[in-house]
Amino acid sequence: MRDFEYEAPTTLSTAIELLAQQDGSAKPLAGGTDLIDHVRTGRLEPDLLIDVKKINELNVLELNGDGLRLGAAVPCYKIYGTPEISQQYAALTDSCRIIGGIQIQSRASVGGNLCNSGPAADSIPSLIVLGGVCVIAGPNGTREVAAEDFCTAPGKNVLEAGELLVEIKFPARAANSGSHYRRFIPRNEMDIAVVSVGASVELDENQQNFGSARIALGAVAATPLFAQAASDALAGQPVNAESIANAAAAAKEIATPITDMRGTAEYRTHLIGVLIERVINAAVSQARGEAICYKPGH
Amino acid sequence: MATAEKPQYKVIGTRPVRHDGVDKVTGRAQYGADTQLTGMLFGATLRSPHAHANIKSIDTSRAEALAGVRAVLTNADLPEQGDRIVELGEGAVNMRHLNANVLAKEKVLYKGHAIAAVAADTIHIAEEACQLIEVDFEVLEPVLDVVKAMADDAPVLNDDIRTESLGSHPASDDASKNTNVAKHFVFEKGDIVKGFEEADIVVEREFDTATVHQGYIEPHASTAHWNADGKITVWTCTQGTFSVRHQTAELCGVPISDVKVIPTEIGGGFGGKISVYLPPVAAGLSKKTGQPVKLVMDRAAVFEATGPTPGSHMKVKIGATKDGKITSGEAWIAFEAGAYTGSPIAPGCMCVFSCYDVPNAKVDGFDVCVNKPRTNAYRAPGSTQVCFATETIVDEICKELDIEPAEFRLNNAAQEGVRRVDGPVYGKVGMIETVQAIRDSDHYQTPLTGKFQGRGIATGFWFNCGLKSAATATVNPDGTVSLVEGSTDIGGSRAGLAMQLAECLGITAEEVKPAVVDTDSVGYTDVTGGSRVTFATGIAAINAGKDIQQQMCDRAAMIWDCDETDVRYEDGCIIGSGDNRFTFKELAAKINATGGPIAGRGTASEEAQAGAFGTHCADVEVDADTGKVQILRYTVAQDVGTAIHPSYVEGQLQGGAVQGIGWALNEEYWYGEEGSMRNASFLDYRIPTIYDVPMIETILVEVPDPGHPYGVRGVGEVPICPPPAAIANAIYDAVGVRMRDLPMAPHKVCAEILKK
Ligand SMILES: Cc1cc2nc3c(=O)[nH]c(=O)nc-3n(C[C@H](O)[C@H](O)[C@H](O)COP(=O)(O)OP(=O)(O)OC[C@H]3O[C@@H](n4cnc5c(N)ncnc54)[C@H](O)[C@@H]3O)c2cc1C
Repeated sequence: MRDFEYEAPTTLSTAIELLAQQDGSAKPLAGGTDLIDHVRTGRLEPDLLIDVKKINELNVLELNGDGLRLGAAVPCYKIYGTPEISQQYAALTDSCRIIGGIQIQSRASVGGNLCNSGPAADSIPSLIVLGGVCVIAGPNGTREVAAEDFCTAPGKNVLEAGELLVEIKFPARAANSGSHYRRFIPRNEMDIAVVSVGASVELDENQQNFGSARIALGAVAATPLFAQAASDALAGQPVNAESIANAAAAAKEIATPITDMRGTAEYRTHLIGVLIERVINAAVSQARGEAICYKPGH
Repeated sequence: MATAEKPQYKVIGTRPVRHDGVDKVTGRAQYGADTQLTGMLFGATLRSPHAHANIKSIDTSRAEALAGVRAVLTNADLPEQGDRIVELGEGAVNMRHLNANVLAKEKVLYKGHAIAAVAADTIHIAEEACQLIEVDFEVLEPVLDVVKAMADDAPVLNDDIRTESLGSHPASDDASKNTNVAKHFVFEKGDIVKGFEEADIVVEREFDTATVHQGYIEPHASTAHWNADGKITVWTCTQGTFSVRHQTAELCGVPISDVKVIPTEIGGGFGGKISVYLPPVAAGLSKKTGQPVKLVMDRAAVFEATGPTPGSHMKVKIGATKDGKITSGEAWIAFEAGAYTGSPIAPGCMCVFSCYDVPNAKVDGFDVCVNKPRTNAYRAPGSTQVCFATETIVDEICKELDIEPAEFRLNNAAQEGVRRVDGPVYGKVGMIETVQAIRDSDHYQTPLTGKFQGRGIATGFWFNCGLKSAATATVNPDGTVSLVEGSTDIGGSRAGLAMQLAECLGITAEEVKPAVVDTDSVGYTDVTGGSRVTFATGIAAINAGKDIQQQMCDRAAMIWDCDETDVRYEDGCIIGSGDNRFTFKELAAKINATGGPIAGRGTASEEAQAGAFGTHCADVEVDADTGKVQILRYTVAQDVGTAIHPSYVEGQLQGGAVQGIGWALNEEYWYGEEGSMRNASFLDYRIPTIYDVPMIETILVEVPDPGHPYGVRGVGEVPICPPPAAIANAIYDAVGVRMRDLPMAPHKVCAEILKK
């Protein structure tokens, strides 16, 4: 491991200044649960780590009529520790509950998970289906990017040199809506998704038809994917096995999985169908106010 | 459950707190990487990025020039070994290969193969210096699959390997050709042609098992100091200090008496901490610098460059009559030795039919080099692979014949008087009792209720070895006894040995203070392996106890001025004629004033143990959509001889079963085309977590081994053997697919289900 400097600025402007000065050799440090590992194993060799946990803007966690504001450095435990968030943004807290174990969740942030930009990152499909918008600050001001457009390749994203993710904003939830996120892993814990699916559904008033839906897939392409056609396939359709199977078929179309130690490409494609069925059904149950009982990792 | 009338023991069978417990739970215990010495340097190792390559040159000059670097070591700094075979306790070792495994010579044979090592003022400097070493490779095609490696046109790893035929010399073994097939074993018994003719049903299947690692939590770590007087001291976590002494001395070219090995605590070994990797390198760096040098592996190095257990390809055929009697067996077994010869193929061959009375059998076994790390022992080495094959076929035969699998096992069980295919005849063993125990268990009696649930049973065998141990025990004036022994404690053996000595002397376990000491402080002791320590070091401790008994009686006779033959040792007391009587404590208080210290010594040199059997019962639920297997309930019944400390016996059974479950379901070395392991971390090399296994239920079946004063039988290894087969059989019961390829990972089970 190479030696590096450490700074912990308390204002957003100082952080951006420091980032910009270093010309790419500085790295923001949130929980460090990805970063420290990468530095230790030599995958990254930064000269400066900028701890962003002391910046107010990155620590907001605010839920009101306009929606949810989630600061980029807020650790997972705080998110699922807020019952209203678990209720309204269930997919997000499903994600936060399975990122690592308790020790990791005490440090790991959703912002870090997003900026690490892994194809199997467990929060990203949830951010996509809940309509998350990433607020990015940089030397040239602030810009916003939809969650589904944030990642560009494994470990790569739209952030440019000197830019920092500040927060993720979510719109308020509609009535009769529910969401869920689930991953399939060979073990029941401590694993990376073989395939993961997030879904958010909004049902009509009598809760028998899908009004609209958003589906996202993880670990089946170079980045997490928003499954547009699969989502559209549900809109206006009755809640039944056939509608869900159609959505699953559409989702499989956009996947480009690989074969690796976590599973074969064919298997991953097969799992998309299995998980879409399970996840949509769970999201529907949540929208209907029914209890959801599931085994994590299945 | 006791199957025989048990003697009335006072200490044996109780569950005292282990002597090393407080240090371990408070974090005070010193493990391999905890060694800190004045002036100590830190070492790092440069490892091969290629699976197979010739080393054309190594240039260390830039590394040597880096500030803070004190020495760089390559194979050129180690003494030449020539073609020597040395007996190293756990089998004969080709020194040329051991030397090249420690630091590569002309070739690298697997990704992660150590090439050079650096000693520097800090670990970061040492690591940076490794990056400055320039190695010119000529990359060669790797061969990673055992069957491909046996083909005539396969790339050959070692230029000094010709097939050695053992047992018979089939014409197919061409001893003139350079090959990857290092050994071919043949074992035969009876007439298999006749045997298969007598069968009403013959099932022949092929099986594959992946390379798996022991997965001990503590990485290898060694510190060495080569003193100015030429004497080497090594601090390390090992299963055998005397083995490390021998290997280090041979590799450094010094007499064994110039090497002293001090054991630290050890955080798991399971067979993987017997071969040396670091001590000779740390010693070599220390010789160059005059300072102690510490080397610690990271997890990737542990996976890539220590000794996992071989992957295998097997073809097994069993014939039986329609009323369920085995008539014949035939097996063709190829094990991946890894880079150098030395897989446990021989025990694999001996175990394949070991659970049954097979009247006619033939076994062919091959030890085959492939571009993976040199394999090593792992809990019942070689037995788990073959158990998977045999026990799956037995289940298939039972289903075909509609015979209850437990019944079939009882009808064909190995028992006293049965001859194994490799020759030996069983003495008193408890296979039948373990099958019966499973049959009678609450688990087996409770029916399954859910869809896609299934139950499977399987039986496994392991020899257990005897070998040599030494111990001394001294009586303290307060009536306690200090026990000094040389078996590094990987499973609670300090407690188990102290309890045997306490039983012998009629004192409490707490009154014995056990210590595991260095190679200069106790007599020769073979490795902690082969499930031998509680058995053989136990005998040494008991012998030391008997020696103390004798000396205490002699001393009492002197005090009482009577004949020694009039004094006897009974129940912790020294008893003479009339009212003459001392408790152990009373006499202990007098010894220093009546002739001085009493020190007992005991040794053991045991041919073998009777062997251990275990029968396991697994309930699984298969997710039919994803192929994921959940273990619902799991019970181990094992013949444990006499359980000295039942908690540690249960722990061994549970630990072994969990490792077997990992091997069955998810563990495997996953290689990319170019021969690099892609999952060299505990994130992607999936040992079971606490969420993946239920509480493992245990049934201790006690059939005492007559070869030990208290009937001890080794218990540590056999529990790893049955799980893959028991789970495969349960999967069949649940969803009707036969899994013959380990691990039975979700994607493989799912593919089989979708095929149906
Ligand atoms: C034991 C263990 C288990 C894990 N399990 C899981 C799991 O189950 N699922 C999963 O998805 N992940 C898992 N992870 C990975 C990791 O914990 C998550 O990705 C986590 O969410 C990262 O958050 P962090 O706050 O620790 O990020 P950090 O490590 O601090 O940062 C991650 C990356 O993002 C950058 N970054 C951080 N904040 C910002 C910002 N505000 N602006 C711009 N760039 C930024 C950093 O420079 C770095 O490159 C695991 C990790 C460990 C060690």
